[in-house]
Amino acid sequence: MKAANSMSLIKLANGKIYDPAHQVDGIVKDIFIRDGRIVNRPHNDEPITQTYDLTGKVVMAGAIDMHTHIGGGKVNIARMMLPEDHRGNEQAHTDVCGSGCGHAAPSTLTTGYRYAEMGYTAGFEPAILPINARQSHLEMGDTPIIDKGGYAMLGSDDFLLRMLTAKQDQNAINDYVAWTLHATQAIGIKVVNPGGISAFKFNQRKLDLDEHHAYYDVTPRDILKTLSRAVHELGVPHPLHVHANNLGVPGNFETTLSTMGASEGFPLHLTHIQFHSYGNEGDRKFSSAAAQISEALNNNKNISADVGQILFGQTVTASGDSMMQHLNANHANPKKSVIMDIECDAGCGVVPFKYRDQNYVNALQWAIGLEIFLLSNDPWRIFLTTDHPNGAPFTSYPHLIKLLMDKSFRDETFAKLNLDAQAMSTLSSIDREYSLYEIAIMTRAGAAKLVGLRDRGHLGADAAADITVYTDNADREKMFAKPDFVFKDGELVVKDGAVIKVTWGATHTVKPEFDRGIEKDLLQYFDKYHTIQLDNFKIGNDEIENNGRGKIIVQPCEGRREKSV
Amino acid sequence: MAPNQMKVTCPACSLLCDDIVVKLDEHQQSMKVIANGCAKSIQFFEQTVTDSKPTINGNPVDLNTAINKAAEILKLANQPLIAGLGTEVQGMRAIMHLADKTGATLDHMHSDATMRNTLVLQNSGWQTTTLTEVKNRVDLLLVIGTDIVSSLPQFFERIIWNESTLFEQDTSTREVIYLGGGKGLDTSAGNSPNGTQPSVINCENAQLPEVIATLNALINGKNLTTDKIAGINLVDLQSIADRLKCAKYSVITWASSAFKFGHSELLVQAITECVRTLNTGSFKFSTRSAGLPLTSGDGDSSVSNVATWMSGYPLRSSFKRGYPEYNPYEFTTEKLLSNNEADLLIWISSFKPVAPSPNSLANHKLPVIVIGHPNMQFEQQPDVFIPVRILGLQEKGLMFRMDSSVTLPLTQIMNSNLPSLSDVCTQIELALNNHESGK
Ligand SMILES: [Zn+2]
Repeated sequence: MKAANSMSLIKLANGKIYDPAHQVDGIVKDIFIRDGRIVNRPHNDEPITQTYDLTGKVVMAGAIDMHTHIGGGKVNIARMMLPEDHRGNEQAHTDVCGSGCGHAAPSTLTTGYRYAEMGYTAGFEPAILPINARQSHLEMGDTPIIDKGGYAMLGSDDFLLRMLTAKQDQNAINDYVAWTLHATQAIGIKVVNPGGISAFKFNQRKLDLDEHHAYYDVTPRDILKTLSRAVHELGVPHPLHVHANNLGVPGNFETTLSTMGASEGFPLHLTHIQFHSYGNEGDRKFSSAAAQISEALNNNKNISADVGQILFGQTVTASGDSMMQHLNANHANPKKSVIMDIECDAGCGVVPFKYRDQNYVNALQWAIGLEIFLLSNDPWRIFLTTDHPNGAPFTSYPHLIKLLMDKSFRDETFAKLNLDAQAMSTLSSIDREYSLYEIAIMTRAGAAKLVGLRDRGHLGADAAADITVYTDNADREKMFAKPDFVFKDGELVVKDGAVIKVTWGATHTVKPEFDRGIEKDLLQYFDKYHTIQLDNFKIGNDEIENNGRGKIIVQPCEGRREKSV
Repeated sequence: MAPNQMKVTCPACSLLCDDIVVKLDEHQQSMKVIANGCAKSIQFFEQTVTDSKPTINGNPVDLNTAINKAAEILKLANQPLIAGLGTEVQGMRAIMHLADKTGATLDHMHSDATMRNTLVLQNSGWQTTTLTEVKNRVDLLLVIGTDIVSSLPQFFERIIWNESTLFEQDTSTREVIYLGGGKGLDTSAGNSPNGTQPSVINCENAQLPEVIATLNALINGKNLTTDKIAGINLVDLQSIADRLKCAKYSVITWASSAFKFGHSELLVQAITECVRTLNTGSFKFSTRSAGLPLTSGDGDSSVSNVATWMSGYPLRSSFKRGYPEYNPYEFTTEKLLSNNEADLLIWISSFKPVAPSPNSLANHKLPVIVIGHPNMQFEQQPDVFIPVRILGLQEKGLMFRMDSSVTLPLTQIMNSNLPSLSDVCTQIELALNNHESGK
């Protein structure tokens, strides 16, 4: 038994609690923190080390960004190719923080500080190229305060496409998927333009859901079906994370609707769905299909989505989708782009972009994102993202929250947009305003559940004490931009919107069981065709632990299915 | 693996082969490369390491004394320059920390070459590929201004003439074209195993800008009236253009270190423009092409990547104002030293015993701290020399390959009593803190 007096006990008194995981909607109560975790009200004789009087304050779990490009090759290329993004956005070092810079593609230190200062305590890199996983983890390891983790990209890797072509059985695929999760220290699996990144290397310039790859005997639908099933059967909590085919193409909502059916009932998460909700109606052959997409989302309970809202201004798009980014490079602003084929494993494309409110397409993209938010009726299955930095930098989240919570502000902003775009959007006819409770679902409880973080995103006993305290303010942008307090694992790291202490956060992973026999095939394959050793492909725990600064948290895989015969 | 043998990563060139089999002798003192090596890896792994001690003005001292002296000098400096930077990820992380704290400027020994590529990345971007893609896909390799093997000895045997590929290609039918490179080009590695000789179309590298401009025009389908460019027959360039357009997956490769003339970043840009045109030209969708920039080594990719994620900027950058700044034209070792804009040089080279160039130091009396390879020799003794473990031999590490997509672990194979570069940086920082708090 631990001695109570050896531990500190912190009391957050009288805050107004929003904790959707426990159906707590704005109830005033106390929270106790001991040793970095939330605990039940202790015995009256246990001394309280410190009390924060939170009377009138809003208290939520720390926010979780379930899709944000914060670490890995393409992010670093974005930083490297955009010195103009950094100039004027420098941050001098202080006694507490290291220096850094950047707006759309900030340095790692700056990224961690900015997230924490907005009350975020975790962010998940959605596109870890398995071959590039070491770099992703190195960059995330240099991202302070917040917890992190990532989704490993499969679906254009030669090994999987070869397995599918050979009609290998689902058990073998499951083993390969599990092996990849272990090797890359990831918490989920993502597929980007299924098959398309590979097809581009064979000079295909587009790939529809049921179109055949030029070399392998597979279609994107096959890939989605097999991978979503693998993730499910392995018991990985996060559903297959899908960046669908035909990103950005007018009329692509049809592909998106069909993609929802491609998993044949297995859970799917459709990411930055805004970029996949375009019709091709009207004079400009570009229209909103938010209504159709939201309706389908509402009706298909196995589907979740994050929005990938665009907001106006300069940003940079960084994606694994080399095929579509190669097309988008024509719209680059400033005019430059980096497109890469990578290791028979994946690819990437980095294209700077400026969204303008007087541009018809951009204005409508803005409206489409908001329409999807407002027409989707289950906040547990829709998530608040800008697909940082692709739609906008993550620092614009408070502004986005205000757009969702404040109809008059939204209508005012809408009224200033390109007039033709206004005419093509139903946005001003939607009255819905998100509540604080719904915001807490989207950015905390729902996100934690979706990613599979057992002990985050809620304020129940034994949760990690990742807690954000705001001053209630009718101006929601101001409120969410500058929390009064942020606690990370029980330590006060942000006060009045500024970092006062730098900690390093943990890396969340899953480690589903699998048959290690798969390594025999992989070893042969690597020796014959790759340029590195299989052993060096795998990221060791010690690499992430980095002499004690980092930490791995293995989240549970529950409901794992036995091998099918 | 037999006893005393292990498979390790070789940092001697930027191919970063990670299957070099080395064997330690029974006293764990010397090593032999048993398999998969090349002249460079043998030189690296089989080197004789001097038993070296820290020095102050050439006189041996203990490590603490050297650290304290270094901190004392650093404390007095207003504009320290940390250059050389022959290190890997962990070393660079420690250096970035130190640089932020002390307001230092950062430059790498191969920055001249690196910048030619970085400037293109920042100006127009590019379309590139990586080694495993090349190994499995290339059907036409166009090599510009280099023979590759002088710097990357095993490039052809590992990446071009490999026995099997994923896509049923007979690699001996791969076409190799050398364009430019000047005298002393060793094109023997470009001979196919089936005896086919590579095409060699030579000129001086300084003439490449007009040659590549012409190639670009020909790829674009322009009719030109001249019949010779830089001594090269136009029909030969036309043939390259035609073959590029017919290839399934052509790879155009260059080593920016070979472009030693003014504004040669424009040549790099023109090369990448060929790739861009091939992928999107008027004969659209007929071919795929990709660039492959060859880097110089000594941790250039590692240092560039770490600097970029930690500060936002690649080299050449500076913390002198308390926040990161980037200036590829001003923050060069040569300029900062010759304009007396640096008042301290910290030189780092932990892979090879490369000392700071005596020329760059000849005219000024600025203090010099050298942290690096134990075998380093000096014409002029630095104020402080701290020998550190050789990365990939005596110290583990993490290193970026030339294509930046792959990061590989370096192994500690032999023991050493010396500290690591990271330790030295951390200890200097600690000593600085102690100075500050008046201890
Ligand atoms: Zn994304």
